[in-house]
Amino acid sequence: MRKVNQRGWFFVLPVLILVAFNALVPMMTVVNYSVQETFGNNQFFWHGLGWFQDILRSERFHASLGRQALFTFMILAIEVPLGVIIALSMPRKGFWVPVCLVTMALPLLIPWNVIGAMWNIFTLPDIGLLGYFMNHVLGVNYNMTQDPVAAWITVIVMDVWHWTSLVVLLCYAGLVSIPDAYYQAAKIDGASNWSVFRYIQLPKMKQVLTIAVLLRFMDSFNVYTEPFVLTGGGPGNATTLLSIDLVKIALGQFDLGPAAAMSLIYFAITLFVSWLFYTLMTRNDTQ
Amino acid sequence: MKKRAIIPILYIVFLMLPIYWLVAMSFKTTQEILGGFSLFPRVWTLASYKTIFTDPTWYWGYINSIIYVTINTLISVTVALPAAYAFSRYRFLGDKQLFFWLLTNRMAPAAVFALPFFQLYSAIGLFDTHVAVALAHCLFNIPLAVWILEGFMRGVPKELDETAFVDGYSFPRFFVQVFLPTIKAGVGVAAFFCFMFSWVELLLAKTLTAVYAKPIAATMTRTASSAGYELGLLAAAGTLTIIPGAIVIWFVRNYIAKGFALGRV
Repeated sequence: MRKVNQRGWFFVLPVLILVAFNALVPMMTVVNYSVQETFGNNQFFWHGLGWFQDILRSERFHASLGRQALFTFMILAIEVPLGVIIALSMPRKGFWVPVCLVTMALPLLIPWNVIGAMWNIFTLPDIGLLGYFMNHVLGVNYNMTQDPVAAWITVIVMDVWHWTSLVVLLCYAGLVSIPDAYYQAAKIDGASNWSVFRYIQLPKMKQVLTIAVLLRFMDSFNVYTEPFVLTGGGPGNATTLLSIDLVKIALGQFDLGPAAAMSLIYFAITLFVSWLFYTLMTRNDTQ
Repeated sequence: MKKRAIIPILYIVFLMLPIYWLVAMSFKTTQEILGGFSLFPRVWTLASYKTIFTDPTWYWGYINSIIYVTINTLISVTVALPAAYAFSRYRFLGDKQLFFWLLTNRMAPAAVFALPFFQLYSAIGLFDTHVAVALAHCLFNIPLAVWILEGFMRGVPKELDETAFVDGYSFPRFFVQVFLPTIKAGVGVAAFFCFMFSWVELLLAKTLTAVYAKPIAATMTRTASSAGYELGLLAAAGTLTIIPGAIVIWFVRNYIAKGFALGRV
């Protein structure tokens, strides 16, 4: 067991100062705005919980929260199983392993707005590779700047393109840590592919899968740059996710009070759902 | 076995298509891009790249990005090392709560912090400096670095520390000469992830800079809207942002996956 040693505090002090500086000061600013009303001229008035009530009752907030929830749900439902399948079918050793890892990790290292711009170029109806293929080869009418369904599909496919690799890399890391002896034993017992997956591979991947689900949840729930660059929230409000709406209110309309209240509600939801996932996924470990 | 290989191959093809299109676009002339569809550049041109490498507003964008990413990686890893050591070796008042609190900072949407960050860094006079962006990115990079390093350090047996102290090593000497070399893979992985998240983040970097420390990604958005959508130039700038990432991945390819796998959930 680890020793009790309060000296630990000196070791974590630099981290504490730097993170607290970046986290607490802005957070207090947000809390400060969320309970005040302003009519300009830097004059602020106490507004109590008014903004919170307004936001929680506002149709606009419900709509963008709904879109955000749908987006995150679809992302998790597609990326996690897909990532597991790809990780399972990857080679375990040999020349192709580094090739796979490097090419798969590539989308993770492209700046987020470049990803938006890249997909924009890729899907232009007449001169983009995907847009041209859909419109002129398949004959499907595809234009994501006008059709909300096409915009949604494009945003989701882009996120799958961008982030599935993270799930793949994590699951792959879990898989390669399984000793060969496990597989040999399963073979002797005549286990089917499914039972090898269910009783050997899945339990070994559980820890990394928890991290993958948590990271994908947090990042897809907070996603901003890529869909904003790709669609700008349009057509209409079709792809205005919660974060895009928030930035519109805060920096576009400069409604600091409502934006701050919305930020806090947003943060609380993220925190709560992350905690829920974490508790549910690690529940069996302690038993 | 052969049948299985289809899945990764299809996936990699899917990943490469948009990248191919970006690269192909960057070698086309503007007339060709706007003139219609062509799978390969009919006339290869380096004009877009030439513009980027000769125009200071473009190439300074790259230099700025690389400067603040490097500063951030150095700060994050340096302060995370002792903290991760404490979390992996000692128990102290509030250690679990502190660890969890650190991780919650990864959950705050950057969009929430954009405006307060702008006010905070303006107030302390760091607005539009590389240090401002580097410090702001610490918000999510330090927790990540602590998390990864703690996982690696937990794998090192405690006997190593005890033996070194018996041999008369002082703590700083032990840490630098004995402990660091044993976890150098972990340091590499942590540095890789710090580099990655600082390199790809744009919202805060853009909010905290105006002219002198403007990142390349922000230069791109400005040009795209003002100069009448020069797709070739945009594509070339995008292609160049992929290169540093590709180089870094190649160096850490054997450790990428391991980094997260060893972290504590």
